[in-house]
Amino acid sequence: MGSQFAVSTALAGADFATFPDYPAEIRAPVGTTFGVSAYQINLGGGPITTAGDAPEVLVAFNPAALKVSLPMLDKGALLIVNTDTFTDRNLAKAGYDSDPLGDGTLNDYQVVAADISHLNLESVKEFGLSKSEGGRCKNFYALGMLLWMFDRELQPVEEWIRRRLAGQPTMRDANIKALHAGHAFGETAELSANLSQVKLPSADMAPGDYRGITGAEAMALGIAAAGELSDRAVLFCSYPITPASPLLHRLTHLAELGVGTFQAEDEIAAICAAIGASYGGMIGVTSSSGPGLALKAEAMGLAVSAELPLLIINWQRGGPSTGLPTKTEQSDLYQAVYGRNGDTPIPVLSASTSGECFEMAIEATRIALRHMTPVILLADGYLSNAAEPWRIPELSAFAAIATNPVPDSDDSPQRRAFTRDPASLGRAWVSPGMPGLMHRIGGLEKDIDSGHISYDPANHQRMTDLRAAKIDAVAAFIGDQKIEHGPDSGDLVVVGWGSTYGPIYQATRRTGVSHIHLRHLNPLPGNLGELLSRFDKVLVPEMNAGQLTALLRANLCVEPIPFSKVTGQPFLIRELVDKIEAVRREAS
Amino acid sequence: MNDKLTARDFATSQEVRWCPGCGDYAILKAVQKALADAGADPANTAFVSGIGCASRFPYYVETYGFHTIHGRAPAIATGLKLANPGLDVWVVTGDGDSLSIGGNHLMHALRRNVGLKMLLFNNEIYGLTKGQYSPTSRVGTTSPSSPKGSVDTPISPGQFAMGCGTHFFARGVDTDKVGMSDVLQQAHAFTGTAFIEIFQNCIVYNEDVFAGFTERKTAANTQLHVKHGEPMLFGENKGKGMRFNQDTWSLEVIDATEAPDEVLIHDEGNAIVARLLIDLNMPVAMGVIYRQPAISFEDTFYAHHPSRMQRTRRVRDFIKGPSSWKVTKD
Repeated sequence: MGSQFAVSTALAGADFATFPDYPAEIRAPVGTTFGVSAYQINLGGGPITTAGDAPEVLVAFNPAALKVSLPMLDKGALLIVNTDTFTDRNLAKAGYDSDPLGDGTLNDYQVVAADISHLNLESVKEFGLSKSEGGRCKNFYALGMLLWMFDRELQPVEEWIRRRLAGQPTMRDANIKALHAGHAFGETAELSANLSQVKLPSADMAPGDYRGITGAEAMALGIAAAGELSDRAVLFCSYPITPASPLLHRLTHLAELGVGTFQAEDEIAAICAAIGASYGGMIGVTSSSGPGLALKAEAMGLAVSAELPLLIINWQRGGPSTGLPTKTEQSDLYQAVYGRNGDTPIPVLSASTSGECFEMAIEATRIALRHMTPVILLADGYLSNAAEPWRIPELSAFAAIATNPVPDSDDSPQRRAFTRDPASLGRAWVSPGMPGLMHRIGGLEKDIDSGHISYDPANHQRMTDLRAAKIDAVAAFIGDQKIEHGPDSGDLVVVGWGSTYGPIYQATRRTGVSHIHLRHLNPLPGNLGELLSRFDKVLVPEMNAGQLTALLRANLCVEPIPFSKVTGQPFLIRELVDKIEAVRREAS
Repeated sequence: MNDKLTARDFATSQEVRWCPGCGDYAILKAVQKALADAGADPANTAFVSGIGCASRFPYYVETYGFHTIHGRAPAIATGLKLANPGLDVWVVTGDGDSLSIGGNHLMHALRRNVGLKMLLFNNEIYGLTKGQYSPTSRVGTTSPSSPKGSVDTPISPGQFAMGCGTHFFARGVDTDKVGMSDVLQQAHAFTGTAFIEIFQNCIVYNEDVFAGFTERKTAANTQLHVKHGEPMLFGENKGKGMRFNQDTWSLEVIDATEAPDEVLIHDEGNAIVARLLIDLNMPVAMGVIYRQPAISFEDTFYAHHPSRMQRTRRVRDFIKGPSSWKVTKD
C-alpha cells in the first residue's frame, strides 16, 4: 500500500460522495509508525443503530495491520484477513508470539480468512504485470469481496477506476478485473456479512459474566448441554450448507462433551443417520437451511411415525430454491409447521438472539425426549454468524432432561415399547441392545396399543388424533407466553419471532408499545389468544410474506396487521418505529 | 443365553405376507438359520430396511427391527451403528430400494465400509408397486411402465459395489440353502460392509428370470461356486474349470480334467478377477467373490474421536469461551 494508487486517498475523493447508494462518511487514513495504512468506510452511515466510532469491518492485509487496528474494533466485528502474509517472519515483525489466526485471539470476531495476495495475483495474471504492479490490485480485490458482502453495486467503483486510471489502460483493466474477481470470490465462497447490527443498550445488561457469542457457538454449546442434562451422547449428522455449516464446525470442537459429528453424503442421509442414532439411544441432531429442510421432510415423518426423538435445526435463508444463500429470511415457518405429507405435526421453536440459541437447543431437546417426537428449531443466517454479548448462564439453573422409563409389565416388548406416558404421550425410548425388549418399528401405521402394523380405519383415526394430542401436550408443558415489556393491554402490541427480536425490542421501547416475542410457534403458547385479545391491534413484523400472521389468524382468530420485509436484510429500527407510528395514526 | 437358539427362535408372531411361492420365504429361513448357527444375540441384533417387498423382512425376525423409508436404510443403519458399534446390524433391501432411489446411500456405505451386513434381494423388477422395470431389469423387459420393452441399460450390483470400493461382495440364490448358508456366515463374520446380492425369484412379476442358471437340475453346469484358495471348478463331477486368458484378459471355460494346472485358483483379494467373475454370464459366479478386509468406519470414527464419544469434560469447561468479562451493578 502507500503506492500512487493508495486506496485511502482514492476513496476520499469527492466522486464517491456522488454514489447514490454509497458510503456517506469517509475518514482520513490512520497512519502508524509501522507503516500501516488503512482506510475506513462507514457503510450505510447513520441510520443503522450501531453508533460509535468502532469500525465493523477490518481488512487486514498483514499481521502488522491486524495488530494495529484490532484494538479499534468492537467484539463481533468482521475481519477479512489476508492469510498469505501470515508467515512466521511477518508475525514476528508485527510482534506476535503466535499466529493470531490459530491461537484464539480472534475468537470474539467474525473472521474471513482468504489468500487475498495469491488470489489477486492469479486474477490479474493475464495482464503481464510485475509482481508489485499486480500486488497493488489487491485493494480492489478486497473491495470486491466487501461489495459482495454488503450488497453494493460494482458499477460505481468500476466507473471510478475508469476515470481515475484513464491514462493507464493496463492498470485500469487489471484493477477492474481484480474488483470483479474479489466480488466473484465472495459469491462463490458464499461469504456473508451478518454483523450484529442491533445491540442492546448497556443499561439493559444484567449483572453477571459475559462473553461474545455467535448463534452457531451458542447452539453448539446448547446441544452439548442437552446431552449433559439428559446424560446421553449426541450424534450430530449434517451436510454442509450455507449458512448452517458453522454449527457443524463448532461442534467438532466439543467432542469431549460426548458429541460426535458425522458429515453425511446428503441432507437426507444426514437426517436418516440422526434418526438411526436416536434409535440407537443417542440424541440424534441434524441441521440445515431451507433447501435442506425440504429434502429432510419425508424422514421427519418417519420419526413422527416411529415416535423417536430428534432435533432438527434450520438456519433459514432467503428462498425460494437456492434463493439468497447468504441473506437472512424467516420464510421457512410454513415449511417447518406444515411441510410434510400426511397429518404430521411437529413442535416448532425459534431462537430470538444468538445467545438464546443455547437455551432453545436445550428446550427443544427436552421436548423431543419427553414427548418422543422430532422437534424443529428455527434460527437464521443472521443469528448463525452474528456475535453479541451473552450473559453466561448458570448451568445449575437447567433441570435434568428426563426420558420415559420402559414400563415394567408382562406385556409383549412390542406393546411395552409403545406404552405412552399419559401426560406427555411420549413412549418409552427402547433401543437395540436392551435385553428382552426386541420389537419392530417403522413408517407403516401401527396399532395404538400393540404397536404392530395396523390398517384398521378406526385405529388410523385414533393414531392421527394421538399425534395431534401430543402437540397439545407440548402446549401444556411449555407454559404461558410472557410480554417482553410494555403494558399488558392497550392499543397496540407488536408480535415477533426469531432474529427480529433486536429491532422490535428497540422500536417498541422507543414508542412505548408492548412487545411479545414468540419462542414456540407450534404449538403456540396456550394463553397467547387471550393475551392478544387485550390489545386493539396486533402488528406482526416478519422477514417473510406474512407467515406468522397467517398462523396466528388460523389458530387464534385474530386479525393481525402484517409488516413484511423480504430484502434479505434485517429490519431497521427506524422502519419499525415508522410503521408503529403509522398504525397508531390510523387508529386515532 | 444358556440354550442355543434355533432358527425358530428368530421367527416373530407376525403373519408373513409375501406372495405364496416368493423367493423371500427361502431367504428368510436361511437368515433365521444363519443367525441361530452364528449364535447371534437377538437383543444385540437389528434389521433395518427401506421400502419394497424385501423391506418387510424386519417384521419377521425376532430381533430389533426398523422398517424405514425408501432407499434410506443404509443411512439410518450407519447412524445406528455409530450410536452402538457393538450391534449386529443387517440391512435388507431390493434392487429398486438400493440401486434406484437409494443408490447414493449404498455407494457411501460401501466406500466408508460401515459394519453392516447388506442383503440385496435382486429380482430385476419392482414388486410392491406392481411390476414396473427396475434398474437391474434387462433391456427389453416388458412391464406396465414399459409395454414395448425397457430401454435402460441395467446396472450390475457387483460392478457398482466394486466401483464404490466395497470390501466384501458375495452372491447367492434364494433357494440354494447350502450356498446361502455359507455366504451369510461369511458376511456375519466380516468387519465392514458385507454386501450380498441374492438372486430372488419374483413369481408374480418376473417369474423365472434367473431360471437359466438357478434351475436345480442344471445348476452344477450353470453356477460357479468360488472359494478362496480353491480351483474354480464347476460342472458334473467338477469337470470344468475357469482359465484366465492372457490374450483377451477374460475368463474362459476349459476342460479341467485335461488341463487341471491351468484352472485359476480363486483369490478373493484380487479385485481384477472379482470383476471378471461378476461379469461372467455362464457359468454365473456365486459365493464370496471379493473380500479385502479393512478397518470399519465405526472403528475409525471412534478411534479418531478424542473421547470415544464419552463425556470426559463438562459444558462449564467450555461455556466461558476464550474471553469473558463482568458486568456489575452501577
